[in-house]
Amino acid sequence: MTSDISPLSLNVPEPGCRPGNTPDFSDFEIPRAGAVPRPPVDVDPDAIRDMAFSIVRVLNKDGEAVGEWAGALSTEELHEGLRHMLLLRTFDARMLNAQRQGKTSFYMQHLGEEAVSCAFSRAMEPGDMNFPTYRQAGLLIARGYPMVTMMNQIYSNAEDPLHGRQLPILYSSKEHGFFTVSGNLGTQFIQSVGWAMASAISGDTRISAGWIGDGSTAESDFHAAMVFASTYNAPVVLNIVNNQWAISTFQGIARGGVGTFAARGHGFGIASVRVDGNDYLAVHAVAKWACERARRGHGPTLIEHVTYRAGGHSTSDDPSAYRSRREAAAWPLGDPVERLKKHLIAIGEWSDDRHKQAEAEVLATVVAAQKEAEAIGTLTSGKTPSPRDMFEGVYETMPPHLIRQRQEAGF
Amino acid sequence: MAQMTMIEAIREAHDVAMAADERVVVFGEDVGFFGGVFRCTAGLQEKYGKSRCFDAPINESGIVGAAIGMAAYGLKPVIEIQFADYVYPAYDQIVSEAARLRHRSNADFTCPLVIRMPTGGGIFGGQTHSQSPEALFTHVSGLKVVMPSNPRDAKGLLLAAIADPDPVIFFEPKRLYNGPFDGHHDKPVESWKNHPLGDVPDGDGIVPLGKAAIRREGADVTVLAYGTMVYVAEAAAQETGVDAEVIDLRSLLPLDLDTVTESVQKTGRCVIVHEATRTSGFGAELMSLVQETCFYYLEAPIIRVTGWDTPYPHAQEWEYFPGPGRVGDALKKVMED
Repeated sequence: MTSDISPLSLNVPEPGCRPGNTPDFSDFEIPRAGAVPRPPVDVDPDAIRDMAFSIVRVLNKDGEAVGEWAGALSTEELHEGLRHMLLLRTFDARMLNAQRQGKTSFYMQHLGEEAVSCAFSRAMEPGDMNFPTYRQAGLLIARGYPMVTMMNQIYSNAEDPLHGRQLPILYSSKEHGFFTVSGNLGTQFIQSVGWAMASAISGDTRISAGWIGDGSTAESDFHAAMVFASTYNAPVVLNIVNNQWAISTFQGIARGGVGTFAARGHGFGIASVRVDGNDYLAVHAVAKWACERARRGHGPTLIEHVTYRAGGHSTSDDPSAYRSRREAAAWPLGDPVERLKKHLIAIGEWSDDRHKQAEAEVLATVVAAQKEAEAIGTLTSGKTPSPRDMFEGVYETMPPHLIRQRQEAGF
Repeated sequence: MAQMTMIEAIREAHDVAMAADERVVVFGEDVGFFGGVFRCTAGLQEKYGKSRCFDAPINESGIVGAAIGMAAYGLKPVIEIQFADYVYPAYDQIVSEAARLRHRSNADFTCPLVIRMPTGGGIFGGQTHSQSPEALFTHVSGLKVVMPSNPRDAKGLLLAAIADPDPVIFFEPKRLYNGPFDGHHDKPVESWKNHPLGDVPDGDGIVPLGKAAIRREGADVTVLAYGTMVYVAEAAAQETGVDAEVIDLRSLLPLDLDTVTESVQKTGRCVIVHEATRTSGFGAELMSLVQETCFYYLEAPIIRVTGWDTPYPHAQEWEYFPGPGRVGDALKKVMED
């Protein structure tokens, strides 16, 4: 061994801020709103490589919608978008509390990430299919899926459409373009590509959208999805929700040496775009662009939604143990609800009073749904699904061994 | 009727299913232009086009994951894993997803999917081309597990699997692809030609899942076997003179317990044979079931003859393989008690 070689050491990346530190996002480069041009939907992925290192933003700090990505939504649609995000936030707050009260076993909220699923949903057409993770309930709320039904699922009561078999919030609704959520991470990403391939095989015009978190991009199924999407030019929009944290693990552990998650797409020749995930208008505009690209047969798009998980990972998580309590407030892309509210006020279509009134109406709606669901039952009270249900639906036709076991169990 | 190898019968089943239902799509490593390394999909791409039979990247998790998405869309994918030994990267997709969609979504989404894979040894494949991982799948609720032992069943069972509304793991004993094999590796190779089970009916008739076949009737002992071991058991019975009743299970899940029980209650003795490793193998499940249903009829302890609990060796293949000598010893032993 030559003398100029020193012993090797392992590199374990660390976030910039841990409990007790002062949050510092000064290294986080944020382009000004409107800076990124909007390419045609049939653009060659190679021609937009820089979009994987920039961020598409529409709302500026004064709440104005600027640049080529602005102007896609009517005032009415913006009002509706704000209402969807308020509904989701209020729904989350009530269900989080219900979990604390012992009415269900588990809950996961969207706090700070409401724009991602609520705005994306608007870009999809009926018949399209999302393959969501556990933090995209906005896809359901924005499609008008009944909140009572969501609560029935969370409470595993007698009206739970999944008959108490599945963990709270792992909803399923084919009718609303919402694939049954898996508790395993990353598996649905490649499934979304398969669904899109099936659409192409069938000569259909429907598209799908896959969803994955920043942490789960490290899963092998992410690679599988990218290879298949690229090879077969699948009509799919592949979404990475980069909310900075995978439970206690900061995004740098999954990301490694590459600058951004979106840049992962370059090795596959997939159009790759980063978007301000806390900007309802930007998420919608990019989603619309990617969906049209897929539907017109120009191939897949990888979207990195840059956002921040302002709450805990789940009701089983205490983020103060691994990150600064002040980090959420220091997050430079702000809060999606506040930003859309500010925009609506800036264009003269909203006010603080109307916002308060909307919040009150939304709360009343959610509380009414909650009362209705709780009148049926919760995990610990009221009407529950039959124990017989666990034996049903394992197969279309119950095989003899399950019939024997059900009899043995006494159901 | 036509005389076929198991490979031709499997190809024929694909052909019949693809002609009847345009939702049937076939893909996997090397299955498209080339027609599969064992030729089970030969000619299908040419006949049905590249969007219904195509090559996949070497990514088993991706192949199964994409197929699940296709099944959820409404297609009926029939996919090939090149060797059962390669299926492990796809285990999460099979166990956590394919097997669970129906139950967890209350049938909002289902997964009519067939995952074919060549299995078993006897071809000097070493530890990565010889394994029999069927017990890893019979342990999973929501799956069906099938293993034909001859061309006729291969066609009928594959058509039944494709028609089935739930995911089916379809094991193809590769040592039987071109002929029956009784474990006497030093004898000349036999072909399916002139074998009655090499005579494959035309058309779209199925062999139902969950029905065993009695390959050899006997009065003294019941041998439970599947795949290659069916012929090993037949040879062992012939060579020892023990009047064994050989049952070819065909479907491991659902299992034809009625046929098993009826036979063991008749003979009072039972030998279980599989090529897979012993500990927690499917033979353990069979032994439990026979004990539960036939205990008071048994004249002797049930014996298992299996592969050893080692990786499948290369040079020591025939010392590992549970051949007719070992099965014959078990038959004699079970008769002594």
